[in-house]
Amino acid sequence: MTEKKVKINDKVYNFDQNLTIIQACELSGIQIPRFCYHERLSIAGNCRMCLVEVVGGPPKPTASCAMQLKDLRTGPNGEEPHILTDSEMVEKARKGVMEFLLINHPLDCPICDQGGECDLQDQAMSYGLSKSRYKEEKRTVDDFDLGPLVETHMTRCISCTRCVRFTTEVAGIDQMGQTGRGENAEIATYLSKTLDSELQGNIIDLCPVGALTSKPYAFTARPWELDKTATIDVMDGVGSNIRVDTKGNRVMRIIPRENHSINEEWISDKSRFVWDGIRVQRLDVPFKRINGNLVPTTWDDAIEIASEKINQGKTTFVSGDLINLEALYAVKKLTEYIGSTKVVGDFETKFNFDCRSSYVGNGKIEDIDRVGNIFLLGTNPRKEATVVNARIRKRWLNGANVFRIGPMEDLSYEVTEIGSSFFDFQLFRDKMIAKKSFWKDTLFLVGQNFLKDSASKDALNLVRSIAENEGARFLVLHPNASTVGSLDLGFLTDAKVKADLFRESDVVYNLGCEHIKPKNDCFIIYQGSHGDVGASSADIILPSSCYLEEDGIFVNTEGRSQYAFKAIQPPGQAKENWRIIRALSEKLGFIPSWNDLNGLRAELFEEVPSVSKVDMIIEMPLEKSKKIKRLVSKKPLSVYKREYYLSNIICRASKTMGNLARSRRPLALEKES
Amino acid sequence: MQKNYIRNFFKYLFWLDFLKAFGLAFKYFGKNKTTVNYPYEKGRISPRFRGEHALRRYANGEERCIACKLCEAVCPAQAIVIDADVREDGSRKTTRYDIDMTKCIYCGFCQEACPVDAIVEGPNFEYATETREELFFNKEKLLENGDKWESVIAENIKMDAPYR
Repeated sequence: MTEKKVKINDKVYNFDQNLTIIQACELSGIQIPRFCYHERLSIAGNCRMCLVEVVGGPPKPTASCAMQLKDLRTGPNGEEPHILTDSEMVEKARKGVMEFLLINHPLDCPICDQGGECDLQDQAMSYGLSKSRYKEEKRTVDDFDLGPLVETHMTRCISCTRCVRFTTEVAGIDQMGQTGRGENAEIATYLSKTLDSELQGNIIDLCPVGALTSKPYAFTARPWELDKTATIDVMDGVGSNIRVDTKGNRVMRIIPRENHSINEEWISDKSRFVWDGIRVQRLDVPFKRINGNLVPTTWDDAIEIASEKINQGKTTFVSGDLINLEALYAVKKLTEYIGSTKVVGDFETKFNFDCRSSYVGNGKIEDIDRVGNIFLLGTNPRKEATVVNARIRKRWLNGANVFRIGPMEDLSYEVTEIGSSFFDFQLFRDKMIAKKSFWKDTLFLVGQNFLKDSASKDALNLVRSIAENEGARFLVLHPNASTVGSLDLGFLTDAKVKADLFRESDVVYNLGCEHIKPKNDCFIIYQGSHGDVGASSADIILPSSCYLEEDGIFVNTEGRSQYAFKAIQPPGQAKENWRIIRALSEKLGFIPSWNDLNGLRAELFEEVPSVSKVDMIIEMPLEKSKKIKRLVSKKPLSVYKREYYLSNIICRASKTMGNLARSRRPLALEKES
Repeated sequence: MQKNYIRNFFKYLFWLDFLKAFGLAFKYFGKNKTTVNYPYEKGRISPRFRGEHALRRYANGEERCIACKLCEAVCPAQAIVIDADVREDGSRKTTRYDIDMTKCIYCGFCQEACPVDAIVEGPNFEYATETREELFFNKEKLLENGDKWESVIAENIKMDAPYR
């Protein structure tokens, strides 16, 4: 990194010479207006809004997003190049650009959803003229159909091409492009196709004007009347950072927050558009089953019946996929008291994990940016962790190799197929084991299907041993938000143990898991937020809040614990998950030392130090893996089967997700059995 | 001191105050009457008068309001509540437009903010009600006001236009 001295507005700075002027100005605290420039997309330089003056440079203003510091000429006596960001020339140039941009912009701000958070609106306040000099006819552009998520108003488009660059670079689809020149330039889809990316919602955020807006959110709210809550997404195990915008007690939209370590600034469509599922299909009063029918009852009654049943027979606790760490911890304490077993509902292996590093790994999502070889082991990151897939694609574009063991699926980038079974993996490892530098630069992404098999334990041990001996990194991708949390608290995953438990248990306490198979006369207590398969098979239903309705901690797939915050009130009589378990514990004679969330968290952090540092990953030393067996299984790893848009109860309640799933149905894989 | 005694003496002697009052009364006796026989007669009001609110329609019957929510945002008393959604034909329309007339301070910012002259404060000031609840206006009531007062409101806006 060579540094270069530059003078910005009479102050001298030292910057990396590869920075562009706009980045240097940003670092020195000067805001440059822009439309087309975006930190995470390639440079287009076509909006011309970021013009600055370079003294001694060419006699015209320079587009600061497209000029690197190293290209600036030093003065004859070695003076540092001088950049002016608020000179008369700059002001005039920007005003001119703004006037041109507004020529064909319809100025329908009052009916535009972007109104109030529009870059063009904001910048027109500083650089716009108060009167238009344009007397000719404005152009209009036909809208096109981008599917059920993104609404288009192409007359408003200022041709910044951010959406085109995003879809081609980050999402990896080539359905959008720009056609025509000059006044006839239009953004369009090739062959009038709708977008089929799982990241398409991000173009709504990227669009600096109201050309691309959200269809489900259309016309319903204004940005200034929304209450914003910064929280965590639970639609997958990545733990994307989101901001939830609410009006009254209704979630109006969800948008991403920037977190470079996790989701950069993208979120998947599932995370973004699932909010309409939070309003419907809710369980808002406790239910009990009388003569085969579920009838509403009171909390006291429901807890009473539940505790009686738990006292009478053997109980198993099953964790769901969307449940937070506090509730799981309360369950853990309760099971320790009554001596019952707790299992993970939505995750099954043929063995139990022996240490944290085996189900989390020693890698981080951020490692993807650093390594040269990415190994996908029985995983489809496009479906299991969509934003991680975008990151892999970014790394692939920058020259990394992606290898795969598992079924061939389109991931939006090229993959070198190694094979489809554990045996192929063993062969590859034996062939390459001498190449130390290869492994040092490798990240393994271990997926669900890699862990499901009976030989998975040995396979995972092999990965661990490579990580241990050769310095490779590995990261286990869990598709559910609560999996790592429940594993941290000692929930079991062994399929055999689970089957035995379900066969023996008289009572199953289900915390939101949808597909459990207990014995026929088993008494099921369901604690969850939405009425779905799990609730309809229950004998007692305890209504609880969903992820936006209570404070909680979620541990993401890399073992990073993050706070989720309450954005709205739970409906009706629904209560926070940990409160329900606290009440039940008390009824069963176990009185925890804590009465509130802070007390619970204090005890939790003390007992489980691995989750105690919120927003950080506690690096776990790799535990010595046991003796390594050769992998001989030639059985191909199975395909990831969950229907992407309908993978949890909130998604299944959401109309938008239903529409999406239907629009993808011909391409979608068969429904989960 | 001495002087005041003398002055007051003559004032009382010749009923000067009495005559002065008569003079004033006779002066106004000959002039035009300034009071009006309300409610049978009404005073003239300015075209800018800010009275009861109304939501206007276009000549073709389409409601003007496009749910931009600027009036809601600008209202200093927070008397306006709007919910919006997509209407069946795809246009942006309010599903709820409430004005709490007991909160309203009649500042006229809402009509200033309105880009389509939909919400206006009309010339009507006689809408006293017997219950408080009747002053919570909803969209239906406001549109009804608009239909009732449209001719006057349109005329007022036309008269005020040169000064805008």
